[in-house]
Amino acid sequence: MSTLQRTPLFAFHVAHGGRIVPFAGWEMPVQYTGILEEHLAVRRAAGLFDVSHMGECRVTGPDAAAFLDRMMTNAMATIPVGMARYTVMCRPDGGCVDDLIVYRLGPEAFLICLNASNAAKDIAWLRAHAGDAKVAIADECASWAQLALQGPEAEAILAGLTALPLAGIRRFGFALGEVAGVAGCLVSRTGYTGSPGFEIYLPAADATRLAEAILAAGKPRGLLLAGLGARDSLRLEAGYPLYGHEISETISPIQAGLGWTVKPAGREFVGREALVRQIEGGVSAKVAAFSLDDRRIARQGTPVLAGVDAVGEVLSGTLSPLLGKPIGTALVAADALARGGLEVDLRGNRVALKVADAPFLK
Amino acid sequence: MSNVPDSLRYTAEHEWLRLEADGTATIGITDHAQAALGDVTFVDLPKEGATVAKGATFGAVESVKAASDLYAPVAGTVVAVNADLNGSPDLVNRDPYGAAWMIRVKVADASELQALLDAAAYRKLL
Repeated sequence: MSTLQRTPLFAFHVAHGGRIVPFAGWEMPVQYTGILEEHLAVRRAAGLFDVSHMGECRVTGPDAAAFLDRMMTNAMATIPVGMARYTVMCRPDGGCVDDLIVYRLGPEAFLICLNASNAAKDIAWLRAHAGDAKVAIADECASWAQLALQGPEAEAILAGLTALPLAGIRRFGFALGEVAGVAGCLVSRTGYTGSPGFEIYLPAADATRLAEAILAAGKPRGLLLAGLGARDSLRLEAGYPLYGHEISETISPIQAGLGWTVKPAGREFVGREALVRQIEGGVSAKVAAFSLDDRRIARQGTPVLAGVDAVGEVLSGTLSPLLGKPIGTALVAADALARGGLEVDLRGNRVALKVADAPFLK
Repeated sequence: MSNVPDSLRYTAEHEWLRLEADGTATIGITDHAQAALGDVTFVDLPKEGATVAKGATFGAVESVKAASDLYAPVAGTVVAVNADLNGSPDLVNRDPYGAAWMIRVKVADASELQALLDAAAYRKLL
């Protein structure tokens, strides 16, 4: 039994009424006031999330751009300095090692955001593939805290706390500077909710000071502290995958509908051959998003049925507070998905799967 | 601290039971249970006339986080179902011992009531 880690904001969560649960090896707040209320605050005003459990690694050196380009499904060498890009890192068989956001700090310097549960594996994977490339791969997981400030009021709240030119930061752009007196912040227009907002990387030691400052500035505008529960329902509504659910070592980006992150033209990268084969030859099973005209939630592991045959299983499921009905994702055999007529059995009730195009919040 | 009224009987699975003057029993889930579940989004209940067996599943409470089975504290026949929960499942969070009662049953064997926990015994489990 390994010990759970705590972010620099653990005491902040407890002081603000967070209900702490284990997640990906960390003790994290699942909710403060209630998942539905926090979800709707993000859609209508703003929510502040501690995402310091996410890992960071810095890759620098003359070969950094070429090395990362060889490791990632998306093009890395063409990221402009000051911009970030979402990508998948694959195994040779096309399975996902992780999905990542790569920030280009300079011509030869990148900061990579890693999933908490995969951080150690990712860094080991990168090092194992570095060979004689002139790169340094630094584990910076313990140095950084991360806050996600999300919602339509996020920009107005942050603008009161920083002189950074927020309006000039494009989607997936970022700026470096001071926020609420905390120096050394990286502020990016990114997020995992489907609502507008920012993610702020900052020195771990300053996390509580910045979180309190954002909370105080945001409260008059309707900001709530938000936990992992709302983070999950928001990302599902927005159609974003979660590692270990929609993507994994056995579910490729092509199966997961992330083909747009796979750029094989004129590039060599780990997994390219397998992924091109999947693009050209098709895949046997695909991830589909669905909603249900019911009140019962189809949860992870629920079999997907076509008549009496099990043709897949649910990967994620929640109630969409916006739609007022259950939504989710499932991995389904491609031929069964094409034929349709899929159902789930929820406590003896057969419920039709309404396969839909995510996101649900259009 | 969760609220555990002295006037009710309890199960280790966090249901409460109130014996009514007419001999029927009203059943719901405790304050502790609703707090642990978080926002309740749906309450799946049997129909009137259904029979329930002591200790067997008679329905489920769904929250954003999980679905939890409901276990019958006693055997009996369902004589009333709280239809308000269909439109307002959040009553379970707001008033677990009042407006969020779930079913009322005609108790098949009154001796089963003796096996239920009193408030002091239930509090010790929390």
